[in-house]
Formats: sequence, structure tokens, C-alpha cells
Amino acid sequence: MQTHSFLDINRLSLEFKTRDGVVSVLNDVSMQLDKGEILGVVGESGSGKSVTAYSILNLNGNASTITAGSIYFDGLLLHKPSESLLREIRGREISIIFQNPMSTLNPIRSVRDHLKDMLTAHAQSTRAGSEKKSLELLEQVQIRDPERVMDAYPYELSGGMCQRVVIALALACSPRLLIADEPTTGLDVTTQKVIMTLIRELALKRGVAVMLITHDLGMAAEYCKNIVVMEKGKIVEKGSVEKLFTAPEHNYTKKLIAATPTAQSELNDLTPEPMNIEKPLLIGDDKLLEINNLHKYFKVKKGFTKKDTFHAVKGISFFIKRGECVGLVGESGCGKSTTSRMVAKLDDLSDGQITFDGVDIGNVKAKDFINSTLRKDIQMVFQDPSGSLNPRHTVFDAIVEPLMHLEKITDKNTLHQRALELCRQVDLDVKLITRLPHQLSGGQKARVGIARAIAVKPKLVILDEPTSALDVSVQAIVLQLLEKLRHELGLSYLFVSHDLNVVRLFCQRVLVMCNGEIVEDGNVNDVFNAPANEYTKSLLDAIPHFSLQKL
Amino acid sequence: MKNWLQHTLYIFSENPVSIFAVLLFLFYVSMALVGHWLVPYDPYLTNTDVALQPPSVNHWFGTDHLGRDVLSRVVVATRIDLGIAFSAVALSAVIGCSLGSIAGYFGGWTDQIIGRFTDIVMAFPLFVLAMGLVAAMGNTVENIIYATALINIPFYIRVSRSEVSVRRNLPYVQAALQSGNSHFRALAMHIFPNTLPPLMVQLSLNSGWAILNAAGLSFIGLGVKPPEAEWGIMVAEGANYMISGEWWLVLFPGLVLMMAVFCFNLLGDSLRDMVDPLRRT
Repeated sequence: MQTHSFLDINRLSLEFKTRDGVVSVLNDVSMQLDKGEILGVVGESGSGKSVTAYSILNLNGNASTITAGSIYFDGLLLHKPSESLLREIRGREISIIFQNPMSTLNPIRSVRDHLKDMLTAHAQSTRAGSEKKSLELLEQVQIRDPERVMDAYPYELSGGMCQRVVIALALACSPRLLIADEPTTGLDVTTQKVIMTLIRELALKRGVAVMLITHDLGMAAEYCKNIVVMEKGKIVEKGSVEKLFTAPEHNYTKKLIAATPTAQSELNDLTPEPMNIEKPLLIGDDKLLEINNLHKYFKVKKGFTKKDTFHAVKGISFFIKRGECVGLVGESGCGKSTTSRMVAKLDDLSDGQITFDGVDIGNVKAKDFINSTLRKDIQMVFQDPSGSLNPRHTVFDAIVEPLMHLEKITDKNTLHQRALELCRQVDLDVKLITRLPHQLSGGQKARVGIARAIAVKPKLVILDEPTSALDVSVQAIVLQLLEKLRHELGLSYLFVSHDLNVVRLFCQRVLVMCNGEIVEDGNVNDVFNAPANEYTKSLLDAIPHFSLQKL
Repeated sequence: MKNWLQHTLYIFSENPVSIFAVLLFLFYVSMALVGHWLVPYDPYLTNTDVALQPPSVNHWFGTDHLGRDVLSRVVVATRIDLGIAFSAVALSAVIGCSLGSIAGYFGGWTDQIIGRFTDIVMAFPLFVLAMGLVAAMGNTVENIIYATALINIPFYIRVSRSEVSVRRNLPYVQAALQSGNSHFRALAMHIFPNTLPPLMVQLSLNSGWAILNAAGLSFIGLGVKPPEAEWGIMVAEGANYMISGEWWLVLFPGLVLMMAVFCFNLLGDSLRDMVDPLRRT
């Protein structure tokens, strides 16, 4: 009899039936996983990593068919498993931590109901016993106040807390295989560290096999022993972390490793092509933007009559010189987005001063700023490239929109010329100009967003996490593009991000924000090499990365 | 344009029911447009010699108590029934969507006032409200349209209000504002078109209700007046003869009315798919 690993995926091929015919999604995928091992499955979006994981539990839906190969779990062949077998296995033997914790939990059910459901469904406990067991589970995932959390609904919990609840659910029936599908995407680095440490402990102490799906090479390197690199439904390389990082064989692996920003890399190293920046950029001495003692209060309703104020931004001051790129980093909820929206004049400030190019614009209402001549000088690139494009507008419509309203160009020919020129500036194929947003890739959408922002030749561009939704290789190209544009057009950037490595290689100065206050600011190299503030230190410490010393 | 046509063809090929619905719809529209010239008899010509005859080769749908040809009357009635329904739906859609979008986008007091107006209208049994309005204003075709439109306005307000309010803070709206669009323009040109898919379903279902409503008003004598050929009146008049066995007087206009409502209910889904950009690849 042939012996199999604990989880043995053997030459798996899978197809999806779509409107345009049959699409082959997985091609000859094999991977093995033993008890207590953490296997990293790395690849960019669309590479088939999630599909591989979901095919273990037959979660890919009716449109998919396995055309070849087999999956063995603990010696058991999972080929066209029956619904009753799947119900036995799902949750009890194999459980999944899904990508978005907020949408994994049912919004109208409390944490108690979720846990009780899971426990009683697999007869792990009686209704009465589930209470005690649930509390134990929540304690296990390091929730400090389990009694309170038991009664909470998902919307009352933060992203990190939700993810811990999801992990508690996944662990409820002591599964032997845990599939973690991008378990920390959208979470802050410090939360990410806590959650990943928890998962690692599970593998070590309980011998749970973990399949960690991620696009973040740094994270895979830090927490896994072996890594499988996938590209377009195929495995291009697999091996130990050490081998993969020190001697990558496949070009795609090399490209991925190069594109992942680390504490050492330079912007120029991210892609094989050099950046070709002709114009040197001179950072002027005059302050293009100066913020003085900026405050923002939000009114929060409490009960029927009581009102409370939430102090989101607590009197911050900073400046941006002409031609400079300043990074604004901090965890979610620290007030960095609120600040950027106030600077972009999309939101009114509560108190303080904003001086832009010598003009005091702080007291101009956001509503009236639309008609100001300065509107075209401050533009913003939004976080989510898909969400910031109107789904009914073509690329052309999106790009010429600011030209039509802010430069009052009405002539069709001029608009077309300008749109083509902008496409060339952001390296967007001009053939795509008639496409709708959902017909574009993430990188192309990001380019459209950038083209729209630079269309009216602004002086200051606010970049609100412009690459957080993109794959690393696309992120590398977009960052280089932004750097090139800054030099060519003499732009100044306010770069809002939670990715410290990106900020380090992209900005000259950095502002670290925490709870509405700027806790540290200074030259990037100074701040990153010798952080003065405890909070900055903890942020830097939490970034997962590959280092030989650890091995 | 070519893209749109391809997309429409795809929608139809995916869903055979929608082909049926569209064919039926086109059939009704052509009846309304050219039916007057195609009918075999003058729908108002009385001829007591042939009164109350069952369906035959000469009179496919039989004749009524004044000897008028039921087939001709059913066909001719299409124009007035669809006319009332479409005008009423168009009127309520325009008013309802504008009010609802404004309430959803600006919120605050505007939302409160428009919301309470909606509540007030919806507090009435809607058909009774329409009856009351027509009775008070006099039963002319215009008044039937106004009454039908008014009772349908709340549904459009509700749908467009909720659709707009979930979209008003989306990044693409912010992007539109920083591109120099005024709030009003951002609402009309950026948000509203994106609320169309669910509105199309509402529009189509509503056309069905409006036909029923118009026929219902006529049935109880508060709508179109006899001798005008109209489905509701024909059913009402025919109801008197059902007991004596003249079933065709009720059956045919009732059937045509039922099929019209059925057709609009089916049409909704395919209309939504047609205006949804995400369904285009």
C-alpha cells in the first residue's frame, strides 16, 4: 500500500465553467503537509492558492470540476466526497480561517451563538456544556474579557477581535488541519503578530497541520518551514524557506522576492528594469503645506438623547516642503485617514489651520472648496482602486472628469488628446481607454486612479494607501511609477500607509500617528533605524520578515 | 452600442423566460400602437341582433350584451390601459426617484420630511386612497393617472433612498467631488445611474400593479367611463352575465389583463441585467 503524507494533494487539476467557456484554474498541483507543520502557499491574486485549499473541502461551488489528481487526508481519499462525509470533516477535522473576519461572522448572531452552533453541530458538547467550553476557547485565543465578548455582536468588535473569534471557531472542535486563508489581511501589523504567534503555537503544541495562504512573502518566511510558490494555477517552486530565499530557482520566485519591500531594499531594486529618472528632483525650502494644531471631533450618539464627542485628531502640526514625499503611518483608527481627508478638503476641520501654497484654506468649507481655484492643486489617490472608480464610467470618462470640471475643457478632441497623454504618463495601454473598471486588473485600476489625480497638474497629491489592495509585484511597479511622476511633474506627496517598509523606501520624512496624535516625526532613516518612541518601536518590531539569523 | 446589443443578446440566451417576456411585451405594445387599425369590427358598434353570442368563427371572443365584438374591444383597450399604466409609472418614478435620491444623499431634515411624507401615504390602504382621490377630483383619465402615480411614489422613494444612501460615501463619489463635481451633480451623474438595476425591477413590477390598479378603479366604476373599451369595465360588465353562462365576457379581458401583469413581472429581471454594467464582460 502506498503511504501518504497527512495531507497529500497529488497532481490536482481543476476547471471552472464560465460565460466564456471552460477555464483551467489549477494545473498539476501537488503539495504535502505533515502534522505540526506550517506550509506557506504563496502567490499573487488569481494564482489558485485559495482554490487549492477550498478543493480539499469541496467548497469551490458547482461550476468547478476536478479533472485529474487526488487529495488524501490522513490516508482517506477525498474524491467526490458525499455531503454527509463533508459535514463530518468540515469544522471537526479540517477547518478554515477565512480572509475577511468581519464578513465571516454572521452580523445578527452574537459570539455566543456562533460558538454554540459550532460545538453542538459536531456534538462536542451539550447545550449546557457549551458555555464553559466557549469561554475556554475565547481565553485560548487571548481574548482578555471573554464574558463580555460572548455577548458581543460582530460589529461591536474590532477587526483583530473578530479574527480571534473566527480562530476560536476554527479551533472549537480541535481540528487536525487548519487552513488559514490570508488570516491577517486588513489587520494591523501588531495584531497580525499576535494572531500569527497564536497559530504557530497551535502547530507546535497540538501538532495541528497548518496551511497558510498568503501573498506576503515576509510573513511566510517568518512563520513557515516550507513554502510553495504558485503562479497561474501551477506550482513553480517549492522548498524550505531558507533555500527559497537564499537560492531561488524560478524567475517568478526571484521576482516576488525582489518586489517585496524589506528593511534593506531600495525602490530601484523592486523590479528588474531600472527606473530611468532623468530629471533630478529638488526639494525646495518653502513649505507647500503647513498644518497647525489640527483637530477633528465627531459627534457620537449615545442612547436617545445623549451625545458624545469623539476626538479623532488631537491637535497635530506638520508641514510638507515643495517636492517632498512625507509618509503618514499608524494603525487603523489612529486618525490618519481623517487627517488626509481634511488636507484633501473632502472633510471640514473642527479647529486649526491649513496653509497651502501661502493661502489659508483651513476655514474654507469642503463644500465651497469645489469651486475654489485651489481645488485642482490638491488631488487625492484613493485607497481602493476598484471602489474609487464609478462602475458605469469607462477609463476615458474617469480620466477626463477633472479636466471637464476643473479646467472647463469641453472640446472632445482636446479631451481625447489629454486622456491619451495621461495614459502614456502612467504607462496604461491606450487600448484600454474604453473599458469599464471591472474589465481591468487591479494594477490597471490603480493607474487610472493616478491618471485622474494628476490630470489637472496638481501640486500636492495625497496618496491614501494607494497600493494596499495590490499584489507585491504590481505594488513595486506602481511605487516606481509614482516616484517617476513626482520627479517629472514636480509633485509633492502625502503618503498615508500602514506598511512601514514601503514608507521607508518611498518617503523622505515620516510622521508616526497614534490615537490622533503624532508621536514621532523625522527623517525616515532616523526614525526607522533608531526609533525614539515606544510605539514606533513596537510597530517596527511587528513587521514579519525573512532573516537568516532566525534559522 | 454594439457591446450593449451583444450583452442584451447574452442576457436573453441565458434566460429563455426573458425572451418570452420580451416577446409578450412587444406584442402588447404593438397591440396598443396599431390595434385600432387591425381589429375586425368597430369596437363601439352596437348590433343587438348578435348580442351575447359565444365565441365563433366570426367573433373569436364572442359578443357582449350590445352585440359589440369582444375581441375588438379587448385589443382596442390595450392602448388606454397601457397608456394609464406607463404615464402613472413614469410620473411616480421621476418624482419618487428625485425625492428619494435627495433624501438619501443629503439626509438630515430633508430625509425626515420626505420620509414622513412617505409614511403618511403608505399609512393609507393604497387602493382606497386612489379611489378617494379619483372620487374627489372626478373620474377622468388624467385623474386616474395622478392617483395611480401618487400611491406608487413611496416605493420609488424607499428604493432610491436606500440605494443612494449606501453609495453616498463610496470612494468614487469622493473622487467625483474632488474632480470638481458639485454635490448635486455627483448625485445625479455618479450615484443615481448606479442605482438603476434595483429600480428597473421596481419599475417593471410597478407597471404590472399600475395596470391592475387602473383596471380595478374602472371595475368599481371610478375609472374610465363606459362605453369606452377598457379591461376593467369589460370585466365589470361581464360579471353580470357570468351567472347566466356568458363566461366569455369576463374570461377574455381578464385573461389579457392577467397576461399583461404577468409579462411585466417577468420582464423585471432581464431589464435589471441589461442596465447592470457588472454583467458585461
